[in-house]
Amino acid sequence: MSERVKKIVMLVPSAAWLALFFVMPLVIIFIYSLASRGPFGGVEFIFNPDNYVRVIDPMYAGILWRSVYISVISTAICLLIGYPLALYISRQSNAYRNFLLALLIIPFWTNFLVRTYAWMFILRTEGLLNNTLLYIGVISEPLQILFTDTAVIIGLVYTYLPFMVLPVYVSLEKLDHNLLMAARDLGATPLQSFRKVILPLTRPGVISGSILVFVPCIGAYITPDILGGSRSMMIGNLIQNQFLSARDWPFGSALSFVLMAIVLLLLLILARQDRKEEEA
Amino acid sequence: MKKIEPARWMLGTHAWLVYLFIYAPIVVLVVFSFNQERINAVWTGFTLDWYVRLFQDAGMLRAIYNSLIVGLISTAIATVLGTMTAIGMSRYRFPLKRVFDSVLYLPIIIPEIVMGVSLLVFYVFIQFTLGTASIIIAHVTFNISFVAVVVRARLAGMDPWLEQAALDLGATPFQTFRYITLPLIKPGIIAGMLLAFTLSWDDFLIAFFTAGVGSTTLPMKVYSMIKFGVSPEINAISTITLLFTMILIFIALRVEGVTHATKTMD
Amino acid sequence: MKRFTALFLITVFTMSCGGTPEDESTGRLASHLNFYNWSYYIGETTISDFQDMTGVRVRYDNYSSNEEVLARLQAGVSGYDVVVPSDYMVEVMISLGLLRPLNHDNLPNIIHMDPRFMGLPFDPENRYSIPYQWGSAGIGVNTARIPDFEESWGLLWDERYSGRISMLDDMRSGLVPALKLLGYSVNTTSEQELEEALDLMIQQKPIVKAYTSDTYIDLLKSGDVWIAYGWSGDIYQVARDNPDIRFFIPQEGTYLWVDNMVIPQKAPSPYTAEVFMNYIMDPEVSAGITNATWYASPNSNATDYIRPEITGDPSIYLSDEILDRSEFLQDVGEQTRLYERIWSRLKSH
Repeated sequence: MSERVKKIVMLVPSAAWLALFFVMPLVIIFIYSLASRGPFGGVEFIFNPDNYVRVIDPMYAGILWRSVYISVISTAICLLIGYPLALYISRQSNAYRNFLLALLIIPFWTNFLVRTYAWMFILRTEGLLNNTLLYIGVISEPLQILFTDTAVIIGLVYTYLPFMVLPVYVSLEKLDHNLLMAARDLGATPLQSFRKVILPLTRPGVISGSILVFVPCIGAYITPDILGGSRSMMIGNLIQNQFLSARDWPFGSALSFVLMAIVLLLLLILARQDRKEEEA
Repeated sequence: MKKIEPARWMLGTHAWLVYLFIYAPIVVLVVFSFNQERINAVWTGFTLDWYVRLFQDAGMLRAIYNSLIVGLISTAIATVLGTMTAIGMSRYRFPLKRVFDSVLYLPIIIPEIVMGVSLLVFYVFIQFTLGTASIIIAHVTFNISFVAVVVRARLAGMDPWLEQAALDLGATPFQTFRYITLPLIKPGIIAGMLLAFTLSWDDFLIAFFTAGVGSTTLPMKVYSMIKFGVSPEINAISTITLLFTMILIFIALRVEGVTHATKTMD
Repeated sequence: MKRFTALFLITVFTMSCGGTPEDESTGRLASHLNFYNWSYYIGETTISDFQDMTGVRVRYDNYSSNEEVLARLQAGVSGYDVVVPSDYMVEVMISLGLLRPLNHDNLPNIIHMDPRFMGLPFDPENRYSIPYQWGSAGIGVNTARIPDFEESWGLLWDERYSGRISMLDDMRSGLVPALKLLGYSVNTTSEQELEEALDLMIQQKPIVKAYTSDTYIDLLKSGDVWIAYGWSGDIYQVARDNPDIRFFIPQEGTYLWVDNMVIPQKAPSPYTAEVFMNYIMDPEVSAGITNATWYASPNSNATDYIRPEITGDPSIYLSDEILDRSEFLQDVGEQTRLYERIWSRLKSH
């Protein structure tokens, strides 16, 4: 098989699949984003770039900013919690490692909504957490966590943690242990070898993990609804509202494209920095 | 043995605290699947009623079946396509590579509802009958990207000389792939596969827009039932899912452990 | 892989099989009927009785909001024979040409229907829709915590109960308490009036625990919330287990809703759908639904079969006086955007 044929065999099937079932539908939605909302919420194909102008409205921009803020915090916490866990797992014996990985994944095969409701039960005023803490005597007044941003962040971290742990683990697992040995033989302290050897080598894992967590966080809509008591909107709720209750598909489509553009821009910046550092 | 490093001790404690965090809500839902009370607010007594009811609920069983079909088939297709893409991307240069790279990321970053609505409009446009197949196609579409991203993380920085060496030593490209590349990226593929199935099994919104009459999946069923809070019946199905996946995974680990052991003995 | 493929093909095949078609001229029914309804919105034996009686198999799917159904119908999804949208949504669906006119010859049971719920503004001649159930929104109160209160929307603004209040999470029904308290119509399109309502809502926000259209049932029951703005049938679900929970309709009046059976334009078996709708209008069948849901029946002759504790409850079967002060939600067309902005502003505050 020539290189050329191999290239085609490897890449064309998924490229064709994505072109047909992803790009084509997206093109339709892009056309929608330039159309107008009919009086009853139908889509009328009258050119209307206003949809994009409306996005700049400070109120909508504020909602977008809030979503970025909450997603950044959630991603950072996932990284802080997930990296050491991945490190721990990668250091175990083969069999035990798989056991720990399985243990990480299993809960996520129960339904997402069911898990989120379980958190509601744990976090509520008379819930499991408060009752336990009150019983132990750590607190004297119940904590008001449910229906705050904290609850939303807990929910997001809980949902997307495996998305961080898995890629980081994968990049840790293939780490050449000889490098660590070498570092130690050359007199590096564990902290030094972590900073100078492990961390740079697991960068790809950290980056893909962060993307996999950040992106769904920014589009989240159920968690802010249930655990945040829908007190403050995130961009996911705003888009959802346009497609459902406001029945304004053109504006919803425009919002989605703006959101995608912002995320894509962030990714590009991230990729560029990464390349720069690699070159350095 | 050397003295226990403080770092290791801390890592262990941290790990188990994280597992506590992960399992806390799971314990709650398992416990409540045995609760007599219909609304999840308070514990009133032990019962197995909800399990009995579950097995009598034809709609629920149908939904579980649909979800399994969708999950298994879409994971299988997406894993193959995603892995091929990851390998292809890491190995070849071709025109528009950057563009393809971004398109590959888009299904991950697109808001779910947009993906759902756009596919729905597209299906109607090409007159594709909505049903199980249309959900499978939708799930494959986003899962290709997830699998590709995870496998690429594994491929990145893999020593290219290993493959070259195999080829130089006279291995056919297929042999090289089978005995060198595949074993090296296997953990990545498995991780991607698990991720893909999890996403498919848990997806509500995209399935909602692309499902046809009678192809209600489990998350759709749960979502429509949730109005009065999570009924113990829903907790019961989650408990069974948990039990089932645990058994399945531990059998798989067992088998792998055994083959691993025999291989080392050879 | 082979086994997967086989399994896949079988599933796709069984799903795409429509069964035998109907024939109106000979009165032959289709072998299947696809009924798309709200969840928990049917009598215990409603569907099984129909299946036994006619031999038609009913495929029963559920949804949880009008907009979800609209989005699917609007995109051109076919397959559903009977759907149950609310009043304003019927109007939207008619305007978008998504519904099929009914053949009243196939609906003799229409004589049982309460004239007060026929010929409503969204479908003046019932050309497209037949009422299914109706109800209203009001307030559920935990009387163990709040023994004395005035039956007014003002209770939702009472600062003594800060952090114990929940509100419906929807840009239309969510604004009803504020609009009614101000004495405005729930269908107002005056920017001025909506701004005033928004001011009230923003003032209320710090004492609201959560905006939710579903979990309030759970919260009311667990005691996290003492005052919940919600729908009658939902709150009765809680009240049945907890006698401390009381539901009332504020004296300022409220908004009413009526859900209606309609046949989508692309329904595969419209005749069988009409036979089914006629069956639902049977007084006993209609009563069976009300006995399960605790929402009021628009069927006058069903009253005899409905449990007296339901028919005797002034919060389910509203007094004429309160009915007079109440309104149906209507689609506000272009002004939907105004509501959307008001609601987003509340949520970004």
